[in-house]
Amino acid sequence: MNPFSSGTRLRDMIRAIRACKTAAEERAVVRKESAAIRAAVGENDNDYRHRNLAKLMFIHMLGYPTHFGQMECLKLIASSGFPEKRIGYLGLMLLLDERQEVLMLVTNSLKQDLNHSNQYIVGLALCALGNICSAEMARDLAPEVERLLQFRDPNVRKKAALCSIRIIKKVPDLAENFVNPAAALLKEKHHGVLLTGLQLCTDLCKISEEALEYFRKKCTESVVKALKDVVNSPYAPEYDISGITDPFLHIRLLRFLRILGHGDADASDCMNDILAQVATKTESNKNAGNAILYECVETIMSIEDNSGLRVLAINILGRFLSNRDNNIRYVALNMLMRAITVDAQAVQRHRATILECVKDSDASIRKRALELLYLLVNESNVKSLTKELIEHLEVSEQEFKGDLTAKICSIVEKFSTEKIWYIDQMLKVLSEAGNFVKDDVWHALIVVISNASNLHGYTVRSLYKAVQTSGEQESLVRVAVWCIGEYGEMLVNSTGMLDIEEPITVTESDAVDVIEIALKHHTSDLTTQAMCLIALLKLSSRFPACSQRIKEIVVQNKGSLVLELQQRSIEFNYIIEKHQNIRSSLVERMPVLDEATYSGKRAGSLPATIPTSNGAAINLPNGVAKPTAAPLVDLLDLSSDDAPAPSSSGSDFLHDLLGVDLSPASSQSGNIQAQKSGTDVLLDLLSIGTPPAQSSSFSSDILSISQDNKTSSGNLLSSPSPQISSSAGGSPIMDLLDGFAPNPASSEVNGPAYPSVVAFESGSLKIEFNFSKPPGNPQTTTIQATFTNKSPNTFTDFIFQAAVPKFLQLHLDPASSNTLPESANGSITQDMRVTNSQHGKKSLDKSTISLVGCDTECSMMSGVAAVGTLSHWSNGISRMLHFAAFFLQFEGAVLVIMIIMGCNRSSGKQLARNEVETSNAK
Amino acid sequence: MSIFLAKVRRSSDSPDLLSQAATMIHFVLLFSRQGKVRLTKWYSPYSQKERTKVIRELSGLILPRGPKLCHFVEWRGFKVVYRRYASLYFCMCINQDDNELEILEIIHLFVEVLDRYFGSVCELDLIFNFHKAYYILDELLIAGELQESSKKTVARLIAAQDSLVEAAKEQESSISNIIVQATK
Repeated sequence: MNPFSSGTRLRDMIRAIRACKTAAEERAVVRKESAAIRAAVGENDNDYRHRNLAKLMFIHMLGYPTHFGQMECLKLIASSGFPEKRIGYLGLMLLLDERQEVLMLVTNSLKQDLNHSNQYIVGLALCALGNICSAEMARDLAPEVERLLQFRDPNVRKKAALCSIRIIKKVPDLAENFVNPAAALLKEKHHGVLLTGLQLCTDLCKISEEALEYFRKKCTESVVKALKDVVNSPYAPEYDISGITDPFLHIRLLRFLRILGHGDADASDCMNDILAQVATKTESNKNAGNAILYECVETIMSIEDNSGLRVLAINILGRFLSNRDNNIRYVALNMLMRAITVDAQAVQRHRATILECVKDSDASIRKRALELLYLLVNESNVKSLTKELIEHLEVSEQEFKGDLTAKICSIVEKFSTEKIWYIDQMLKVLSEAGNFVKDDVWHALIVVISNASNLHGYTVRSLYKAVQTSGEQESLVRVAVWCIGEYGEMLVNSTGMLDIEEPITVTESDAVDVIEIALKHHTSDLTTQAMCLIALLKLSSRFPACSQRIKEIVVQNKGSLVLELQQRSIEFNYIIEKHQNIRSSLVERMPVLDEATYSGKRAGSLPATIPTSNGAAINLPNGVAKPTAAPLVDLLDLSSDDAPAPSSSGSDFLHDLLGVDLSPASSQSGNIQAQKSGTDVLLDLLSIGTPPAQSSSFSSDILSISQDNKTSSGNLLSSPSPQISSSAGGSPIMDLLDGFAPNPASSEVNGPAYPSVVAFESGSLKIEFNFSKPPGNPQTTTIQATFTNKSPNTFTDFIFQAAVPKFLQLHLDPASSNTLPESANGSITQDMRVTNSQHGKKSLDKSTISLVGCDTECSMMSGVAAVGTLSHWSNGISRMLHFAAFFLQFEGAVLVIMIIMGCNRSSGKQLARNEVETSNAK
Repeated sequence: MSIFLAKVRRSSDSPDLLSQAATMIHFVLLFSRQGKVRLTKWYSPYSQKERTKVIRELSGLILPRGPKLCHFVEWRGFKVVYRRYASLYFCMCINQDDNELEILEIIHLFVEVLDRYFGSVCELDLIFNFHKAYYILDELLIAGELQESSKKTVARLIAAQDSLVEAAKEQESSISNIIVQATK
C-alpha cells in the first residue's frame, strides 16, 4: 500500500491543525497534508478519496488553495454509493463555483442523479444544482427539474422549486415553462412546498410580466385564503415559533401578496381584510411577530391606497420606533424612510424620537436615523434640528463626524434664510469638525461671506475668536485666513459691530500672528499655506506698521521646496519691497464673488456629487442682489452679456487676447477648465495651486485706477512727456502693472458683436479700437483704429505701426489721412487685419512675447504712451494681454507703435518672463 | 464583481418593487470570537480572493460590536444580519431592503436544528463535524432561500441520510470482512 494513502484521519488532522501555536506551524501541517492528498490524487486512490476530500474542505475553509481536489469531487459524484455522492456534492459546492469550467463536466452525473431512483440522491443533485449551477447547466437540466416539481415526495418538490428559482434567474427565457407547475405548488398543504412554491412564484413575477398577470388572476384568492388559514391555524408544535405558526410562511405569503397587489386595485381590495387582521392581531412581543408585522407594513405600503390600513401601518412603525430592542428600532427607521414618500406628515410626528436615535450608541442606528432625519428637515424645523445636530457634533464619535458634518452642512445650505444664521452655523461646524468639511462647503461659505457686506466685520471677528480655540481645524483656519486677509482692518477697528457682539480688542500684530501661526502650523497643507501668503500680502498693505514683519515672514518661504510657495514668496516679497506705491491698489479687497456663477460652477464641476449639495448650492442664502455677469468682466465692460455667442467656434485669437468678447474666451477657457477639472471657480479666485489670484488682484488694480484717476502713476502717464520714458523704462514691470487705465466709462459704447476698446487715452491723443470679423473667415479679425487728437496742435505725418507674434499675420491698410486735426476736430481711421495662421491650434498660453519693431525705434522714441495689461476674466480663468503702445512725437509728427506682447492666463510666470525679455531687448 | 453587478441592477430598478421582493441570502458565515472561520456558504459567486476579503472585513465589523447593539451591519450596500451564540457568530448577508428580522429567525432555526442534531451543540462539534453542519444547512437553504420551516422535518431528513451512510459503511465492512476471511 502507498505510504501516503493511509495518512491521518480527518479528526487527527483537525486536531493537529488546532494544536498549532503559530501561523507558520499551521502552514507546515497544511502543506504536509496537502502533499499527501495530492499524492493520493495522483495515485488515483479509491479507498480514502472521500476522507481526503473532507480534509480538503477543511483546508479550504482555512483559506488554503485546494484546486487540485476539484476532480476528486467529480469522481466521488460519479461513484454509485450514497456516502460518496453525499461528500462529493458537498465538496463540489464548497470547492467550486459557477464560474469554473470543470463544473460542466458534472452535468452528466447530475442528470443521472436527478433521475435516480433514490430520492435522497435526487435531493443531493437538486441541492448542488440549486446552489452552483451555471447558465449552460440550467439550460441542460431545466426539463429534469421541471419534472421533479411533480415528484411524489414533497421534500424533493420543495428542492426542485428552489432549484427552479436558480434556473430562471440564470436563464430568464425558461420562466414560462415553470409558471404552471409553480401555480400547482401553491395549492399544496406541505409547508416546505408551499414556502418554496411561493418563493418561486414571487421570482417568476419578477422576471415575467405575463407570469404576474397569470398569478394575479388565478392565485390571488387562494393565497389570501392560505394566509387566513395560517393566521387562524391552531397551535402546531412542528411549526410553532414563539406562539406563532410558521412565521416564515406568513412572511412569504405577505410578500407574494405585495407583488400581486402592487398596482392592481382589485387584488389589493381582496387582501385588505386579512392584512388588517395580521396588522392588528399579530403578537409583537417577540421577534417572530415583529418580522411578520414588518412584512405586513411593507405590503400595506406597496399595495393600492387604503388610508385605514396605512394608518395602521404607520402606527406599527411608531410602536417599533419606541421599542427598546435596537433591532426593532433599526428596522423602524429603515421603514420610515420608505414611508416618507407615502405619508411625510405621519413620519414628522416621530421627529423627536428619530433625533434621539441619531445620538444612539449604535452606529447602524445612528446612520439610519441621520439619513431619515435629513429627509425630514424643512423650513419650519430647520433651526431647532440644526442646533441639536451641531450640539451633538461635539460629543459624537470620530467615525460618525464625517457623515454628520456633511449632513449638517447640506441642511444649513439648503434651508438657511438669513446670512447671519448661515454664517454662525457654518462657523460652529467648522470649529467642531472643520477637518471633516468638504472643500466645496467652505468655498460656498466664503462666497456667502463675500456677499454679506454688512457682516464682514462680524464674520472676521467671529472667525478670529474661533480660530483661537479651534486652530487645528483646517478648513476653519482657511476661511479665517481668507477673511483676515480681506477684512483685516475690520478686525482691528471693530467696524460694523452688531448689537449681539461682545467687543474684542485685536491689534494689528495679533491678526498677523494668527496668519503666521497658520502658515507655520505643522498640519497646514499647501492650500492653507498659499492662502496665508496671500493674506499676508494683503495685510502688508492694510497694516503698514506690520509691513516689515510680514516681509520677514514671507521671505522665510523663499527657499520652500514647494514651488508654489516659493514662487509666491518671491513675487510677494518683490511687491512689498519695490512697489510700495501700487501695493495698496494691487491688494484691494476681492470684488464680491458672484453666487450664481459659483453655484453654477459648483453644480457643473461636480456632476457626481450627491443631489443635495447641488440643490443646496442653488439655494445659497439670499438677501443681496446678485450681479448677472462675472463682476470683473462687468467692471471692465468688455462684455455685454455672459451668454455665449453662437459664433463661439469661429472666435479669433486676438479677440480672445484682448478679452473683448466673452464667448470665444469662454469656449477657450472651457477647454482649459476641462483639463483642470478638479479646480473650481473659487479655487481660482483664491489662487490655490495656480496663480490667477494674482491676476485678479491686478485686474482689480486696473479697476481701481480706472475708477480713481488720482493715482500718481496714472497721472504720470496720462500725458506723453519725456520724463515718463525714463521712469517707465526704469521699471517695466511696474508699468505693466499700473500704466494702463482703460476707462470703463468711455468704453461703454458697445458694438453689437464686439465692443470697442479705448486702447489709449491721454490729454493729447485718444486711440480707440473697433473689432469686427469678416463672415466665414474666423481666422481673421479686422481692427479699426480711430485716432483723435485732443491737443491744440495739429499732428502731421501721422504713422501708425503695429507688430504681432510670428504666428499672426498683420496687414495694415493705409490710414485715412496722415494729418490729425487739433482739438478733436476730426480723426484718422486705419484698418488692421490680423490673421491667426494657427487658429484653433495655437494655445494662447504658449503665445510668446515678441518685442519686434521696437529695437530700431528705441533711439527715436520720445515717450512710452502706454504699456499695459488688459485683463479679462471669464469662467474663473484670467487672461491677460500685455501690450505696449509707443508713441513718438517729433516735429509735429506722431508715430504710434502697438506691440502686442502676448497673452497668458498664468500671469505670474509670464510677467517675470516679460521682464526678462524686455530687459534683453533694451 | 458580483457585488458590483448586483448594485448596478439594484440602482437601475430600485423603485421597482419586484426587485425588492427577492429575498436572497448571499452567503452564510460562521466565525468564532477569535475570528476563526467555522463555516462558509456562498450562494452568490465570489472568488476565493474576495471570500477571504469579505470574511476579514465582516469579522472586523462585527466582532467589536457590543452585545446591546442591533444585529445588523451595513456593508458594501448590503446588510449583514448576525447573531451571537456563545463564542460563535452566525452571519447572513442580504439585500438592503430585505426583512432582517426574518433572517434572525432563520439563523435561530439553523441553530436549533444544529442543537437538536448534536445535542446542545458547541463550537467543537462544528469544528470536528463541519461537514455535518453543512449537510444541515443544505437541508435548510438552497440557492439562498429557505426550503423548510420545520425543524422536525430537517432532523428527519438528515437522520435518514445518515442512516443510509451507516448502512453503506456496514455493508462495506462486512464485505471487507468476508474478503479478509476469504484471503486468510
